[in-house]
Amino acid sequence: MSKKAQNKKIKVGNMTFDVVNTTILVIVLLIVLYPLYYVLIASFSNPDLVLTGKIFLLPKGFQTESYERVFSNPEIMQGYLNSILYTLVGTCINLAVTLSGGYALSRRDLRGRKGFMIFFTFTMFFGGGTVPTYMLVRKLHLLNTFWAMVIPNAMSVWNLILCRNFFEGNIPSELLEVAQIDGCRNGYFFYRIVLPLSKALIAVMVLFYAVGHWNSYMQPLLYLSDRTKYPLQLVLKNILISSQPDASLAGMNDRAEMYKQTEMLKYALVVVSSAPMIVLYPFVQKYFVQGVMVGSVKG
Amino acid sequence: MKGHYDLYLLLLPAVLFTAIFAYIPMYGVLMAFQDYSPARGIWGSAFVGLKHFEKFFSTYMAKQIITNTVVLAAYSLVVSFPFPIILALMLNYCVNKRFGKMVQTVTYMPYFISVMVLVGMMNIFFSTNYGVVNEVLKALGREPYSFMSSEASFRHMYVWSGIWQGTGYSSVIYFAALSGIDPTLYEAAELDGASKLQKIRYIDLPSIMPTVIIMLIMSAGSLMSVGFDKAYLMQNDRNSGVSEILSTYVYKVGLIDTRYSFSAAINLFNSGINFVILLAVNKISAKVGETSLW
Repeated sequence: MSKKAQNKKIKVGNMTFDVVNTTILVIVLLIVLYPLYYVLIASFSNPDLVLTGKIFLLPKGFQTESYERVFSNPEIMQGYLNSILYTLVGTCINLAVTLSGGYALSRRDLRGRKGFMIFFTFTMFFGGGTVPTYMLVRKLHLLNTFWAMVIPNAMSVWNLILCRNFFEGNIPSELLEVAQIDGCRNGYFFYRIVLPLSKALIAVMVLFYAVGHWNSYMQPLLYLSDRTKYPLQLVLKNILISSQPDASLAGMNDRAEMYKQTEMLKYALVVVSSAPMIVLYPFVQKYFVQGVMVGSVKG
Repeated sequence: MKGHYDLYLLLLPAVLFTAIFAYIPMYGVLMAFQDYSPARGIWGSAFVGLKHFEKFFSTYMAKQIITNTVVLAAYSLVVSFPFPIILALMLNYCVNKRFGKMVQTVTYMPYFISVMVLVGMMNIFFSTNYGVVNEVLKALGREPYSFMSSEASFRHMYVWSGIWQGTGYSSVIYFAALSGIDPTLYEAAELDGASKLQKIRYIDLPSIMPTVIIMLIMSAGSLMSVGFDKAYLMQNDRNSGVSEILSTYVYKVGLIDTRYSFSAAINLFNSGINFVILLAVNKISAKVGETSLW
């Protein structure tokens, strides 16, 4: 085969590749997007049309009643407020513990560094399990308190190692030397020099921890019994999974109408409960790949 | 080393929290060999050896639960593992960069949805009364099928919903690995007349192999700790024959029936197997490739 014919063959092959590649990506995009899009349009549509399967591409019979019901439901709103509190306070504690710990571990002049690393990584592979942890939380009188939501999970070892790797790779040792000559203390150096240089890391940590707190339901399921302390996810469980009608429908006699209202509430709830994290994401997106890459550096 | 005490102060909270909430509960290991009663505590309860292990393995449930766990975990790992790699490669070769970026952003999105909402959405989409999926089946002249409460479909629902949710997020790490490949390799390959498929085969795949192996070890290590969350939420009376797995069983026996020692024994069995699998996979990959966790 002549060189020219061969070049042509490669060109055709590459073009076929591009067409197939783009087509599959479009299909992937639709598969991921459609369920999300569907929930959104259904939440604004007429319940009768949704529940008879008439909604496919566009909202029909526009209404916002479902959202009004979500926002006027005291249990959901209390759950929302609780979730925001747990997420805010929890993430702050997480950041303080993980960033400072990760920085200390990144310092080569930390004596016993290897021992500390073994101390932390061991817990990634072995744990006591649900029941002993529950007993401990009970013994510490944390059961059914605000602190049960933010203290037992104050740090993830995986994130700690991620931070250590980031600091090792991104904080030049010359900076520390100069600062030490000037008599700068470690705490001050960490707070005033290291943290301002680590915005990408902080953004990724906020994202990881905040999503974890917002979406957590096992912890509240185990540790909370007082319904007024329930985070949103547990309130959702009754409506989304168990299909329990919400309190405002308690006196209703018409079973069909009750079923309809309960089902419709689900769509609006999915949107309202997922919105905060999906909105948070674009703000940290540009740091995201960088942050994950840090984790891929072998620790 | 003067003036270094404050470095230890920075580390102190991390050490404290880990010591308290990760190390103290490890006494649970002892509980598995005792008839533990909260009143008598860990030091006062009588040791009974392997009683609880024997009891668990003699129940008819044991075989079923272990099988359920293994099948679900293996199916999940084998089927979902390749998807993020394929997606990352496809995005890497996407001609229109803006379109690629958009696909990337959209495929991350489901990761931020909670398991609760995910299972809720599945209930909505696969509802026999009005779910979109069954509407389509009806339109095609088929009978509606109760996907969410059938033993036959539970595993598929579990695994494929996981793929829908996690592929985009998991692809980030491979995407990052791909973007770290030396561009001169591609230039040389193009001069030699390599097609795009050949570039994937001879440049991309070998370059990201270490990342792939690390990820494989990590997923294999957590193989048997299949998420409690999703299985528990997807569970109902109609599918419990396949959806009852070790972690959901430990929760029910331990915290709902308060049979602490029995539950601790099952839990210990579970983490033991996890650890063995992790060591095995790590050993194999250290032999086959040159990559290992430590």
